[in-house]
Amino acid sequence: MAAVLSAPSPLTATLPEDVVLRAEDLHTHFIVGERAAKSVDGVTLTVRRGETLAVVGESGSGKSVTSLSIMRLLAHPGRIVAGKILYRMRDGTVVDLATLPEKRMRAIRGKEIAMIFQEPMTSLNPLYTVGDQIMEMIRLHEPLSRHEARRRARQMLELVEIPAAEKRLDQYPHEMSGGMRQRVMIALALSCNPALLIADEPTTALDVTIQAQILDLMRRLQRDIGMSILFITHNLGVVAEIAHEVAVMYAGRVVEQAPVEALFARPRHPYTKGLLACIPNPERDRAADGARLMLNPIPGNVPSVLNLPPGCTYAPRCPLVEPHCEGEAPGLVPAGPGHLSRCFRHELL
Amino acid sequence: MTRYILQRLLGMLAVMFTVVTIVFIIVRIAPGDPAAVMLGPDATPADIAALRARLGLDQPLVVQYLFFLGQLIKGDLGQSIFLDMPVTRALAERAEPTFFLTLFSILIASAIALPVGILSAYKRGTLFDQAVTTFAMFAASIPSFWLGLVLIQVFAVRLGWFPVAGYGGPDASFLTRLSHLVLPAVALGVVSSALITRFTRASMLDVLNDDYVRTARSKGMGEFRVVMRHAFKNALIPVLTVIGLTAALLVSGAVVTETVFSLPGVGNLVVSAVLRRDYPVIQGALLVIAAIYVLINFGIDMLYILIDPRVRY
Amino acid sequence: MAAVSITPAPRLTTLMLQRKTLAIGLAVILAIALFALLAPLIAPYAPNKLSIVNRLKPPSGTYFFGTDEFGRDIFSRTIYAGRLSLTVGAAATVFACVIGITLGLAAGFFRRADAVIARIIDAMMAFPDILLAIALVAALGPSLTTVIVALGIVYAPRLARIVRASTLVIRELPYVEAARALGVPTWRIMTRHVLRNLVSPILVQATFIFAYAMLAEASLSFLGVGVSPEIPTWGTMIASGRQYVGQADWMTIFPGVAIILSVLSLQLVGDGLRDLLDPRLRKDL
Ligand SMILES: Nc1ncnc2c1ncn2[C@@H]1O[C@H](COP(=O)(O)OP(=O)(O)OP(=O)(O)O)[C@@H](O)[C@H]1O
Ligand SMILES: [Mg+2]
Repeated sequence: MAAVLSAPSPLTATLPEDVVLRAEDLHTHFIVGERAAKSVDGVTLTVRRGETLAVVGESGSGKSVTSLSIMRLLAHPGRIVAGKILYRMRDGTVVDLATLPEKRMRAIRGKEIAMIFQEPMTSLNPLYTVGDQIMEMIRLHEPLSRHEARRRARQMLELVEIPAAEKRLDQYPHEMSGGMRQRVMIALALSCNPALLIADEPTTALDVTIQAQILDLMRRLQRDIGMSILFITHNLGVVAEIAHEVAVMYAGRVVEQAPVEALFARPRHPYTKGLLACIPNPERDRAADGARLMLNPIPGNVPSVLNLPPGCTYAPRCPLVEPHCEGEAPGLVPAGPGHLSRCFRHELL
Repeated sequence: MTRYILQRLLGMLAVMFTVVTIVFIIVRIAPGDPAAVMLGPDATPADIAALRARLGLDQPLVVQYLFFLGQLIKGDLGQSIFLDMPVTRALAERAEPTFFLTLFSILIASAIALPVGILSAYKRGTLFDQAVTTFAMFAASIPSFWLGLVLIQVFAVRLGWFPVAGYGGPDASFLTRLSHLVLPAVALGVVSSALITRFTRASMLDVLNDDYVRTARSKGMGEFRVVMRHAFKNALIPVLTVIGLTAALLVSGAVVTETVFSLPGVGNLVVSAVLRRDYPVIQGALLVIAAIYVLINFGIDMLYILIDPRVRY
Repeated sequence: MAAVSITPAPRLTTLMLQRKTLAIGLAVILAIALFALLAPLIAPYAPNKLSIVNRLKPPSGTYFFGTDEFGRDIFSRTIYAGRLSLTVGAAATVFACVIGITLGLAAGFFRRADAVIARIIDAMMAFPDILLAIALVAALGPSLTTVIVALGIVYAPRLARIVRASTLVIRELPYVEAARALGVPTWRIMTRHVLRNLVSPILVQATFIFAYAMLAEASLSFLGVGVSPEIPTWGTMIASGRQYVGQADWMTIFPGVAIILSVLSLQLVGDGLRDLLDPRLRKDL
């Protein structure tokens, strides 16, 4: 028994060297009594070292639940019921976050994997200064004095381009705008140099100019620090700007993952194709009055996570649907170089 | 912040003023002539008239009210009819047991309620949580005087660990006096822990799912620190309010408990004043206790400033 | 604050019984009420039947709960005392409802009254309940009626507060404003729209007031400032048992248990009703 434990993790061999994180057939359900909301129902995705994987999908497709599963921060009654989350630590060993004991998870949170949450206005504790909250994180993971931690916290604020950083350290969240708070969240997440950053729609709540600044900032930080990013968004424009690879989620599953150029050039899943058609194209869509943009929304609705159809979850809305699709769920299969699609008929696209 | 303090201060004064008026009215709605009631059936009309004059009862109500306000501002609560001393002195002489009884009860109640309420919210839905909820409801159903009697039966009469009643006489050492307070403080503390437990649990439930608590976890800190430093501090404001409220309620709990344990406190004074129709004493005690309640609430409003930076602006 | 639809009666009862704690609470309080109601049939002895030879007898097959210092049967007295304790609690609750609802509606509807009433409500809440009750009883002179009146006054502000707050919200609702604009008389709006929406919270609060009033009555009686000591209520029974603590503990234990059971079951009912009738109030409190 002891010999087995001290041997290098058998998982290490299963993950290619350049992969930092790989979720395999992850299932996360919210179980209330007899009903289970299958918010994540078979997610497979891969983040490569130093790259950005963008996860896109409509509201409710399970993006946040996936990222919270990776951090193991699911709110009660959410539970990972099946699947693996393989993560390569800085020292090269691979662990399965889905089953890692809570105690080891704690050493990973903040230090190895840091997260920026979707809600910038409420994710900071209103009762502590911004500086205290950043310093708390630094001192949890590194043996620094208060003074040193404070200096690092100030540097972090400067890094995310917050002016008058020294003064800001002593301010409370309510004294800052949404954009500032989101920068603070980013500074907080980056303060221990995580190997992987999970950013859950970090720019959605912000206005467009600040959004552009923050994207720019994250790109630069990635280049400088060399971290990997899992970037969640439902904005395909942002994807084009920041991602190396894209994973498309629909009703709790990844339906397609591919390098960003390949995906935009030739989507291999009808849902992705539908999504791309939704991107406003000023030339194509200019309405008669010249002001309003026409969108091409996909007809139909996302199925309820309480009651998913048995076969392909996209079948009810799919233009390519055939009887076969409604009986059996397709697997995630190769559909080109580095391209995966969860569609029986991807050849047709 | 100055505005906040001023606002609270004005609010407090307004409530105080209304309290004073209500007390004035209560004491004066007594049917019949208080002077006659106080002196009993054998009093001569001359005696009654003399007492009426002494109490100012022969004046019109408005004059009485203004006189009453004037005396209050001077800190004069009038003269006790039976104790032959100013009401303020009667109250001051009995303040000690009541003060310590209230203090110890609130400490006992908080020592039970805070950890139990926090843990119960943290483990919501579990057997422990259900047990706590049930126990809290049960404790809130126990009359404190009954619990006091049961404690006396068990710990004073049977086991002899604590004195049965009293405050140890005039020369008793502080330690002896304390030993007289143990059982009453436990009786009051247990009963009032119920309310604080339920409130702590509810406010913790409110904050435990807040986003910043999740942020704290995402930093990689232990659960104890997450719960205490990040969640509980945010739950503290409503909890403090209830603790303050309970402290005020305890003063009235003390009225009953002091009788059970024959403690010579303010509560005991009130009961004997009611039985003897010593109106000035009733009136004074009511005023002082309501004032304490209002002051405690004001104090808690001021504590918010320390806890919540948002109030400071 | 959307309109709360009133659940039809038959469904309400089934729903009530489906909730375990609510069903238990209801069963216990109804059982206690039944015992009190049928006291002459159930009680083995007359409550005031003296028997000096049998004084201070411990519980036994003849005297289930033992006897008191005059040899009276505690079991019979406890059952009879329930009549008064429950009556006082219920009557005080009804009285509190009448005052509280009237004040709350007035405050919510008439701006000018509000300033005064809201202040009075706040100030009334500054008095600990028992102390205020004692003072009122002292002022009015001790009797059964004054205890009821005093407790009604003490607990009325709690209801007034709820009614006022809800009224302030409801009066701004579009359909109520429309009704006012159409000239529907204020009192009709009050009864039609406001009170109907308030049935649930009032019912819940009234249940709790019932429980508190019973506790308060027991305290007053115990202190000897409530109903006269000759009348058996659970409070006066405990008061008379006080001298025999350690000697005849059953004199205090059994009436105390009766109080606890009644108050506990009422609180269970109140909690259950709150969950059932008004999910918005379900604050785990
Ligand atoms: N605490 C919870 N309890 C029950 N169901 C939940 C909970 N959290 C999320 N869900 C469900 O899981 C599903 C996926 O939610 P998730 O938040 O991951 O969506 P999302 O893709 O992040 O959407 P958005 O773009 O709006 O952020 C939703 O249907 C949601 O209702
Ligand atoms: Mg989300």
